[in-house]
Amino acid sequence: MYAYDEIDRTLVNERVSEFRDQVKRRLSGELTEDEFKMLRLQNGVYLQLHAYMFRVAIPYGTLATNQLRALAHVARKYDRGYGHFTTRQNIQFNWIKLAELPDALEDLAKVGIHAMQTSGNNMRNVTSDQWAGVAPGEIEDPRIWSELIRQHTTLHPEFSFLPRKFKIAITASDHDRAAIKIHDIGLRLIQNEKGETGFEVLVGGGLGRTPFIAKTIKHFVHGRDILSYIEAILRVYNQYGRRDNIYKARIKILVHELGIEKFSREVEDEWQHIRNSSLQIDDEVIEDIRSRFTYPPYEKLPHMPDELRQAAADPDFEAWRKNSVAPHKVQGYSIVTISLKPTGGPPGDATAEQMDALADLADKYSFGEIRVGHEQNLALPHVAKRDLPALWRALDKLGLATPNVNLISDIIACPGLDYCSLANARSIPIAQELTRRFANHELANLIGRLHINISGCINACGHHHVGHIGILGVEKNGEEIYQITIGGRADENAALGTLIGPGVKFDEVADVIEDIVEAYLALRERPEELFMDTVKRLGVEPFKERVYATR
Amino acid sequence: MPLVNGGKITGDSFVKLAVDTPLPEGGDVLVPAERFLGEADTLLNRSGKVGVIWPNNRDIAELVPYLGKIATVALVFPTFRDGRAYSQARLLRERYNYRGELRATGQVLRDQFVFMLRAGFDSFDVKKQADAEAFMQTAKRYSVFYQPTGDGRITALHRRMQLRHSEGVGT
Repeated sequence: MYAYDEIDRTLVNERVSEFRDQVKRRLSGELTEDEFKMLRLQNGVYLQLHAYMFRVAIPYGTLATNQLRALAHVARKYDRGYGHFTTRQNIQFNWIKLAELPDALEDLAKVGIHAMQTSGNNMRNVTSDQWAGVAPGEIEDPRIWSELIRQHTTLHPEFSFLPRKFKIAITASDHDRAAIKIHDIGLRLIQNEKGETGFEVLVGGGLGRTPFIAKTIKHFVHGRDILSYIEAILRVYNQYGRRDNIYKARIKILVHELGIEKFSREVEDEWQHIRNSSLQIDDEVIEDIRSRFTYPPYEKLPHMPDELRQAAADPDFEAWRKNSVAPHKVQGYSIVTISLKPTGGPPGDATAEQMDALADLADKYSFGEIRVGHEQNLALPHVAKRDLPALWRALDKLGLATPNVNLISDIIACPGLDYCSLANARSIPIAQELTRRFANHELANLIGRLHINISGCINACGHHHVGHIGILGVEKNGEEIYQITIGGRADENAALGTLIGPGVKFDEVADVIEDIVEAYLALRERPEELFMDTVKRLGVEPFKERVYATR
Repeated sequence: MPLVNGGKITGDSFVKLAVDTPLPEGGDVLVPAERFLGEADTLLNRSGKVGVIWPNNRDIAELVPYLGKIATVALVFPTFRDGRAYSQARLLRERYNYRGELRATGQVLRDQFVFMLRAGFDSFDVKKQADAEAFMQTAKRYSVFYQPTGDGRITALHRRMQLRHSEGVGT
């Protein structure tokens, strides 16, 4: 965990008092809605279909139990008793009242949580691997760097009014769980041949109506130079990014229009001016941030405790363990993913009661720490293996032990037309129907790893382009139509999916997905060949034939 | 629009000239970039001070040869959402060592004052009277800053180091 000090706390409190004043001025009419809009967006407040929506940051996906309890409190006191975890390590509340927002922010500030820059055209919440610091094989905990960058990008005096939003993600693992290739800046923590820590820097990824996979702009930037390098990228973007058309304003368009070579030359020129400035990070400063991340006092525990051996006789436990439990870097411990995708439920939602209960379980079994991943699931990062059976029983009682992590019913979906004023089509009901169709875990296991992503409009908040199966809802002649893509992925081999053919109607979507899955099961060479590999081997044609033969 | 300079609402000695307004004999004038570059010699040889209104989509480096001779650079915020002038301001102060007046013009609202001060502005053409009156109070709203800029305010990272060292002395 990162511990806020007095300095961090002061800033968050100053922000809350500023926002309180801004809300007061809006309510008195001193600020116009146009003026207030930008200010509220910079504090995570959107105006949605039915009410204001409030988006709270969970930097690099790490939460302490008192923080999770504070989120539960906000859900209960200011909202309708639940929250929605998003694809960027945020939580959203959908029914908040403007006049109460400053109080909600103040309650969150007491536990070091804020909503700064969770929307608006500025640098958004810095995200990272939800297994950071516990996954085996990391060079180091990427959250140390995430925190440095979080601080640097918070209320930045030069880059708070960018052409468009700007997202940074960091990973330190070979397997990218942070989806860095679909971010404005993606950072991969690596070591050079001298053993120095630094980053491969990628730029210009993003989805929306013009999706791009990020390109490498520099193969190695030393850790001490990372702030100046990011600042150079932002300065070029701030000055030359397009401001005439909101759909062409992301950095991906600038990179695309200039070409990565020219863009990287511009950045390099700028960087040479500022790399030896006070932006250079001293070892002492890095050490200070590092020292404020504390790790649990792990015990020396056996690899295979008796409790686990005994529980293996229970097939339900085994199904959950095989699905939701991952190796930890410390022997005798595990990382447990908690699926927020129950059969028939909206993806990523958690009730206040579930949040409170999870906080209790994290105190008991995970050294008081919870993680939030971009797949809209949670994780307990430090569970002793001997505690797995007891934890499973407790989770099951809460409805939080659905063994479908990374399977077909572990769907990523945006809020869609049920909540969002931008949406053209519903997302959540499609996801709910699909989880019912694939509720049989044996079938889901037989299918294997398969990510379905659903967006209710072209803005792509459900990351449909990079779903193994992507579903995009659009509106055509007053009707919801869904376009299906296959073959996308968001990991280290990120790729955009390919459209299989004409869009289909709302009530046909689940049937079409079943057809695609059946085609895959018939076409795969062996059970280990994953859906995305079959698509890669055969292309979209055989799937297209299957789907449209009878339609 | 009230002008805030040195933290106080003040009068403006500069007269804004359009591209084609005849040049007055004396007095301080603020002229658009294009006109300034075209008539720099004439303008700089007058008795009054000269200021330039520089658009936010023109390379600020073009102004560098004149920085020692002009009294004011006015940068433009066509709307408060357009943040290009923040970069221009920092470049003027931090890269080109401009020490004259740096004025924010356009849609300048209370909620940008801290950002503007940190980017190097010291003069503000404020849109609303109430915002201008609230300047001093608003400027003090924040005491913690995470980024180093040319305004010299100490960053959070370095304040922590100082605290750590001062604690170390006593032990």
